[in-house]
Amino acid sequence: MRRAYFKNNWVAALMVAPQLIIVFTFFYFPTSQALYWAFTLEQPWGGGNTWVGFDNFAAILGDAYYWDSIWVSIVYAIGSTALSVIMALTLAIFADRQLAGYKLYRVGMIWPYAIAAPAVGLAFRFIFTPGAGLMMFINQMFPDLWNPVDNGTQAMGMVIVAGAWKQVAYNFIFFLAGLQSIPRSLIEAGAMDGARVLRRMRDIQLPLLAPTFFFVLVINITDSFTDSFGIVDTMTAGGPSRATNLMVYKIFNDGFQGLDYSGAAAQSIILMLLVIALTFVQFRYIERKVHYT
Amino acid sequence: MAHITIQDVRKSYAKTEVVHGVSLEVQSGEFVVILGPSGCGKSTLLRMIAGLESISSGEILIAGKVVNDLEPHQRGCAMVFQNYALYPHMTVADNIGYGLKVAGLPLAARNAKVAAVAASVGLTEFLDRRPGQLSGGQRQRVAMARAIVREPAVFLFDEPLSNLDAKLRVQMRHEIRRIHNQISATSVFVTHDQAEGMTLADRLVVMNKGVIEQVGTPEEIYHAPASVYVGGFIGSPAMNFMGGMVSPNQACVALENGSRIEIPQALATAHAGQLVQIGLRPEALSLVPAGMGAFDATFDFFEELGPTRLYHFQFEDLMIAALASDKPPVQVGQPMGLKIAPEAVHLFAADTGKRLEATQKAAQPVMV
Repeated sequence: MRRAYFKNNWVAALMVAPQLIIVFTFFYFPTSQALYWAFTLEQPWGGGNTWVGFDNFAAILGDAYYWDSIWVSIVYAIGSTALSVIMALTLAIFADRQLAGYKLYRVGMIWPYAIAAPAVGLAFRFIFTPGAGLMMFINQMFPDLWNPVDNGTQAMGMVIVAGAWKQVAYNFIFFLAGLQSIPRSLIEAGAMDGARVLRRMRDIQLPLLAPTFFFVLVINITDSFTDSFGIVDTMTAGGPSRATNLMVYKIFNDGFQGLDYSGAAAQSIILMLLVIALTFVQFRYIERKVHYT
Repeated sequence: MAHITIQDVRKSYAKTEVVHGVSLEVQSGEFVVILGPSGCGKSTLLRMIAGLESISSGEILIAGKVVNDLEPHQRGCAMVFQNYALYPHMTVADNIGYGLKVAGLPLAARNAKVAAVAASVGLTEFLDRRPGQLSGGQRQRVAMARAIVREPAVFLFDEPLSNLDAKLRVQMRHEIRRIHNQISATSVFVTHDQAEGMTLADRLVVMNKGVIEQVGTPEEIYHAPASVYVGGFIGSPAMNFMGGMVSPNQACVALENGSRIEIPQALATAHAGQLVQIGLRPEALSLVPAGMGAFDATFDFFEELGPTRLYHFQFEDLMIAALASDKPPVQVGQPMGLKIAPEAVHLFAADTGKRLEATQKAAQPVMV
């Protein structure tokens, strides 16, 4: 690989500066603030923070609501990841087989990723509202069948569908690229060996897609822990009775609604560590097993 | 064992036709090599036999049955791909046995077959490895074993040796021929390498630009090329070509500079006055002192080949190559005579490029 070297270090520094400033302003600085808040407590009437060690963490981990929130987050992570991966994989397989019109929907498939999470949430809120449209029609036939406003399971399902829908586009791109990178001759060899379309998919394409699959899995699970805020905020605001109170939403709720900065900061540190650990484990141990060379 | 009949087969992609009406008969148990430069349609033809490519028009019959609309595995063919196309996530044993597994053969019977085939190509100790852990030659063997294990009626090879180094290529060539003789399947082998074609084939099919130029035994094709194209394509070092006119009175071809090259009387009579291309094999030319041969050419340089030397001469604006075993008799830049036996001259029509014979039979038919 060719590398370019800068003789003048100042030019190099100037060129990386914009990116560094962004990273420091929006990542390292807030993280350091969160760390500061997590280990301190503001005095009731102001006048500076006092060091409290791990008290904030102990308080959170002793709180049943917090464990509820973790459980809800896990359900959401698994549900939305599974749904979006299955949908994206199905669509990618169709696009890869170049069925009629695939060029059109290949482009169409990518658009949802460009939509901001709150906009997705808002759109799905209209779709799933019990009092209008399709859901009203269903409720008319089976009264009170659908009401995510007081049914926590339905609310969770609704949030999962919205989250998964947004993620499908991203996964689709990776799956399609992964499928297209499988040499055509392998598929042909499978055909010569007598395997039909579904058999070839199961025995040849899916196993060879495993590296892509695990990459997508890591990104999706990580994303579902952090990027779900906009959807929850617009669709359920964490309700009903905390049924969709994901960790990331609880942080916002406790910090900016409840004004418990220290508690929220401690939660965000835990969430950050969780995401780091997850990423590390998956890349380090799972991905290693799925490379064929 | 099965014979293959190809009847006026064509292939077009969108509006471009790449195979223009090919007809060929492959006998049961025969080893046929399709030889041609890249882009001549030879791989496309093979893939149409295999069923990996649809047939735009015409018919392909295997063992007397039209296979145009059959799935690849229903045609009884096995194929060895250029890049081997081994399943990278399966062990060697699983690669070889995959077709049997799909066919629903029980595990025990499958293992026995895989073991037997693996032993026949020397892979027994590698059965548990993945393709990524094998050398090029070993991968090639796995690809062969995968084809053999299905006991195909027809064996198809798509340039299977082109990814190997020269020494391994010769070795695998022998192995392929040995396996063909052993299992007595019908084999169709596609290559652009004339050495592979000449050595492997019972019959050679030379293709160019989507049509068959000539079908024949390697010997026939070398000694009686049907066209300028075949003459120039087969043989290394390549045939020399010169333009001229068949002299009506003497048994010779008059070149533009006035030199005369003798040809058999019957041939001259049959084509008197015709504009021709003459083809001279380098080994048919012998070196004589200037003025003693059919024509004189300027000695340019020579290449040492070991058993012989390849001499290069300048004649008018042409390069002429000649094979001879003796040491260079003259200095570089000096003229030398080149002599040729009349029977060794190949004559082609200047306009069509087709071979001219003494007895005027129609251009050799492609169907044999």
